[in-house]
Amino acid sequence: MSVLVFVESDNGSIKSSSHEAVVYAKELGAGEVTAVAVGSISADELADLGKYGAAKVLHAADEKLNDNVIMATATIIAAAASQTDASIVVMARSSLVDAVAARVAIKTGASVATNVVALPDTSAGFVVKRGVYTGKAFANVSLPGAKKVITIAKNTVAAEPGEGTASVEVFSADFGEKDFATARKDVKKAEGDILLPEADRVVSAGRGLKGPENWGMIEDLAKTLGAATACSKPVSDMEWRPHHEHVGQTGIKISPTLYIAVGISGAIQHLAGVNSSKVIVVVNKDPEAPFFKAADYGVVGDAFDVIPRLNEALKKVL
Amino acid sequence: MKILVCISHVPDTTTKIKFKDNKLDEDGVSFIIGPYDDYALARAIEIKTDTNGTVTVLNVGTAVTEPTLRKALAIGADDAIRVDAEPTDALFVAEQITAIAKENGYDMILMGRESSDFNGGLVHGMVGEMLGWPSIAPCMKLDLDGTTATLAREIEGGKETLEVSLPFVAGCQEPIAEWKIPNMRGIMMARKKPLNVVQPVGVDNVTEYKSFELPAEKAGCKLVDADNLDELVSLLKNEAKVL
Ligand SMILES: Cc1cc2nc3c(=O)[nH]c(=O)nc-3n(C[C@H](O)[C@H](O)[C@H](O)COP(=O)(O)OP(=O)(O)OC[C@H]3O[C@@H](n4cnc5c(N)ncnc54)[C@H](O)[C@@H]3O)c2cc1C
Repeated sequence: MSVLVFVESDNGSIKSSSHEAVVYAKELGAGEVTAVAVGSISADELADLGKYGAAKVLHAADEKLNDNVIMATATIIAAAASQTDASIVVMARSSLVDAVAARVAIKTGASVATNVVALPDTSAGFVVKRGVYTGKAFANVSLPGAKKVITIAKNTVAAEPGEGTASVEVFSADFGEKDFATARKDVKKAEGDILLPEADRVVSAGRGLKGPENWGMIEDLAKTLGAATACSKPVSDMEWRPHHEHVGQTGIKISPTLYIAVGISGAIQHLAGVNSSKVIVVVNKDPEAPFFKAADYGVVGDAFDVIPRLNEALKKVL
Repeated sequence: MKILVCISHVPDTTTKIKFKDNKLDEDGVSFIIGPYDDYALARAIEIKTDTNGTVTVLNVGTAVTEPTLRKALAIGADDAIRVDAEPTDALFVAEQITAIAKENGYDMILMGRESSDFNGGLVHGMVGEMLGWPSIAPCMKLDLDGTTATLAREIEGGKETLEVSLPFVAGCQEPIAEWKIPNMRGIMMARKKPLNVVQPVGVDNVTEYKSFELPAEKAGCKLVDADNLDELVSLLKNEAKVL
């Protein structure tokens, strides 16, 4: 028995969510953990996956894979699963993994569960808890297949490094022509920002901010906290902020440890994307705003007055 | 352009989710076209108009989903197919779609990036893999030039633009198109459009839903005075331990 875990990098560094996936794979207790890593990552960083529980790393360094091609990535993962005879494949959710997991499941003939939020219950079979109804509920799902594919949500386990070094091997697969049927023409990415789905802290703002010119104080607060910025749907619809910052039912779902919502009313569709945050702080001038019911801490006040002062108060301790 | 749009039949986004007898308590719940599927449908109708093509909508579901399919017809789809079965898991649904796609042949298959009930996000990738077609998700822009499509895919912190030849499968999201609202004429015409009911192909389920639960209730919101933000910082640091 063995477990395979898919490891992704961003700008040459392994993502923290991938470290969480390695820890999750180890904690499954279902045999030796092998990681399959894609992209240009330094040998030291790959060997350090041992600190999270990987015994071995298969490194698919083929440059053609750097463009995160969905079909080719699925082929590499399935080939690694076959080589290691893995009974379980674990991946941390990301825009790539969300697109790839289904193809891996079909290629390997596996039972698959996405958006898993806890380690499985193996007292009777293999039952995982996953988010359903867009963050409003959880389902316990049994995966009876001999092979399983699981994608996990951010912060499902803590990724504290321990001791250990993984052995690293170069790995490749027989690609078919179809694996590269999509060609990347262009990529636009906000440089230097903390990626929203990876962020441990998030500062989010809504229509209450009145216009895109007022986001400076939100960015300042995010900078103090080392947080990513997010927004409500109308804010991205009006193009005050880029679409990839939009959280909620029709946007990104996040589960950071701290979510600060400024001038957001807390509509049920917004809450759907953020209610698995560990701690929620709401700043709103309307004491009746529904968001207060979903919050841990609240400040009733004008954002234009509160946010700059909150930033100063935080700077004193951070 | 011959387009297949797969739609889910899901609770309205304002629904307060409750469970009864280990399934969704549907009392008082109204059902809609999945919001992501609605974006896919809207873009499909635009492409159909531009290319003088056709749009078929497909749902795997029991007879209760027919009003949802009629709504898609009212929005502008030409015909509908209902695979008469409970959509028990992603593989089951994907096998039905694949069987219909093999039989009828389409230039592209569009659907939402995920359903808003079970949020699996798996069906587009499974169908793509089973048909041997590329699958692209989450797709936020789709333009056609002959048999080549240019798509934008949302990635962390931005987007990438891809080029692919027909046929392909895409899991869509905003802002690919604006949601379309059916007008009176559309609703009248929808009554006469074909809605074909077909029997499912046999598939073994690879997952089984055992039980549901609701998230733990919040203990309640602690309000901090706007003039005492040091206290908020101290609570975040010492009580919530998130700083
Ligand atoms: C199918 C569907 C899907 C949807 N998906 C999403 C989604 O994914 N994400 C999402 O966010 N929404 C979504 N929505 C929209 C959602 O219903 C709400 O309309 C939206 O979340 C409201 O955004 P908001 O809170 O920024 O704006 P508003 O509701 O306008 O709230 C603004 C808030 O700011 C406060 N405010 C105003 N001025 C100040 C000030 N000076 N200081 C402090 N507070 C102030 C107000 O009291 C108010 O509470 C969806 C809707 C539908 C129908």
